[in-house]
Amino acid sequence: MSEAGPDPAIAVEGLTKSFGQVRALRGIDLSVPRGSVLGVLGPNGAGKTTAVRILTTLLAPDGGRATVNGYDVVRHAAAVRRSIGLSGQAPAIQEELTGRENLEIIGRLYHLSWAEARSRAGELLEQFDLTEAARRPAKTYSGGMQRRLDLAASLVGRPSVLFLDEPTTGLDPRSRLGMWDIIRSLAASGTTILLTTQYLDEADELADAIVVIDHGRVIAEGTAEQLKSRIGGDVLEFTVPDRARLGDAVAAVKRVGGAEPHADAEAGLITVGVGSRGSEALIEAVRALDGAGVTTRGLALRRPSLDDVFLALTGHAAEEDGQPPGRRGRGRRAGGPGGRAAGWQDGRGGERQLAGRAAGRRPGIDQGGE
Amino acid sequence: MTAVAAVRVAEPGLLTRARWSLSDTLAITRRNMLVWMRVPAYIVFTVVQPVMFVLMFRYVFGGAIPVNVPGGYVSFLMPGIIGQTAAFASFGTAIALAMELQKGVIDRLRSMPMARSAVLAGRLVADTARMTLTILILVGIGYAVGFRFRGGVLPAIWMVLLAIVVGLAFCCVAAFTGLAIGDEESVQAFGMIWLFPLTFVSSAFVPIPTMPGWLQAFANNQPVTFAVNTMRALALGGPVEANLLKTLAWLAGIFIVFAPLAVRAYKRAS
Repeated sequence: MSEAGPDPAIAVEGLTKSFGQVRALRGIDLSVPRGSVLGVLGPNGAGKTTAVRILTTLLAPDGGRATVNGYDVVRHAAAVRRSIGLSGQAPAIQEELTGRENLEIIGRLYHLSWAEARSRAGELLEQFDLTEAARRPAKTYSGGMQRRLDLAASLVGRPSVLFLDEPTTGLDPRSRLGMWDIIRSLAASGTTILLTTQYLDEADELADAIVVIDHGRVIAEGTAEQLKSRIGGDVLEFTVPDRARLGDAVAAVKRVGGAEPHADAEAGLITVGVGSRGSEALIEAVRALDGAGVTTRGLALRRPSLDDVFLALTGHAAEEDGQPPGRRGRGRRAGGPGGRAAGWQDGRGGERQLAGRAAGRRPGIDQGGE
Repeated sequence: MTAVAAVRVAEPGLLTRARWSLSDTLAITRRNMLVWMRVPAYIVFTVVQPVMFVLMFRYVFGGAIPVNVPGGYVSFLMPGIIGQTAAFASFGTAIALAMELQKGVIDRLRSMPMARSAVLAGRLVADTARMTLTILILVGIGYAVGFRFRGGVLPAIWMVLLAIVVGLAFCCVAAFTGLAIGDEESVQAFGMIWLFPLTFVSSAFVPIPTMPGWLQAFANNQPVTFAVNTMRALALGGPVEANLLKTLAWLAGIFIVFAPLAVRAYKRAS
């Protein structure tokens, strides 16, 4: 991203970090222009949180350099802390305290006077639609409200750079859309935002530029459109109800598409990039599948999603922790308390997404996740 | 990619930073105390537990423990139980810090421009206040069950102050263990392992000569015994100096070793 200009809000060069044998970051470069939103996209364990922890001065890098607002995150950590906000997986709020008390005390920690801390808390409660709940202990809040309060806490010091580490993970769909609106309006007001996410649609919706991280490396960057164009056109997608015929279906469409088809055995879903051949490829696919005697469902041509991009770049889907598709799902279903516990550890991302889809069924649990 | 240029940073002066450290510590203290006000059961139980000890030792075990002090076993018991209560206050320190670490609260606070010492200091200030309240209530309960200060008002005040400083030293150790272990339940179990022998294998509840010889060797040379002996002398009258010097030496040693360890554990905590 050479068009970043002379003074990016966040500049990262060759950042590395290992935890024992695990190389969490293997040389990351980033540049985030002022006032823009960078989406850092990657599966669990890709290194997103490690990168955020280094940029917010919580962790020292092994190698490379990083500046935020021109301040070196190691040498000028105190100055970095004064100009950033962090919200995400670790909660800043104390559940026993009311929303207002939480924000006032954080205001004091940003060295506002009591009067300033009070008025800033009032402003933020208003802005995040928490005025009515302001006098209640935060533990009575819904998952979405707690997340909003937490985000409000990160804005007490009016940061010019905001780090959002998976801001919607574990939220129900409605709260998630609400959070998106808030993030959009923060971006519109000129705040530079670095947002990590494992949701491809989230990066697509919110980010001006996207960096895809996998196994501690940047494997692709660009706008959502640029990344999608990497697929080279449209995607053909269909389901094979009879899983036994999955292999035949793949063989049939292999001759049609330019790219290798991807089959998700669990869902019986096959996707294949067909380039610019669009409807022509569609007709050929129908003929080939018909010729092979494979019954399909929902055969359609669509524009590529970032899911397809991730699949094309890494060979595995974004939300599968780099494991072969379906493996984790089976592990989790394999009952027994021991197996369940292992599945929880293994499939944390999956579990959280599940909780999110279940519309805040267990807000207490997904809140305390990490 | 732009080069990472050197930036000159105007750091606030020493006086400003000292003022901020203080106000940050007070903000964290306030936060901790507000939590207790919302969960009064916690405070009630931390007070009830030593009161229960007083009643049990005064009326259940006390009759079987002959002591040679004016006023009988209750006079012997109260300084000991106050010393133990001060030491046990450290449970709360360790557990609270481990829990905040586990939940990631400490992480978030470390990303803010607040004084790095404030989370630890605010925790210790709040816990010391809680401990002081418990000790004062215990003195009141002691008076209700027959205990009397026999050395005058000033030594009595010194006794309470010494108990608080001893408790603070234990809280420092606990701050380190809490942050180093970082898991609420393990921290609680570990607290039992070091606090029970130190407080029970001491002069707090029984005269040491009633213990077997090998145990006396430990009991006679550990800090709780020195502290309780000093407190007992202050409460009941008697020579203070020898035990006080040993107590102060131990306290200095504990602060010198464990305060930096706790700070280091906090800086490394993640």
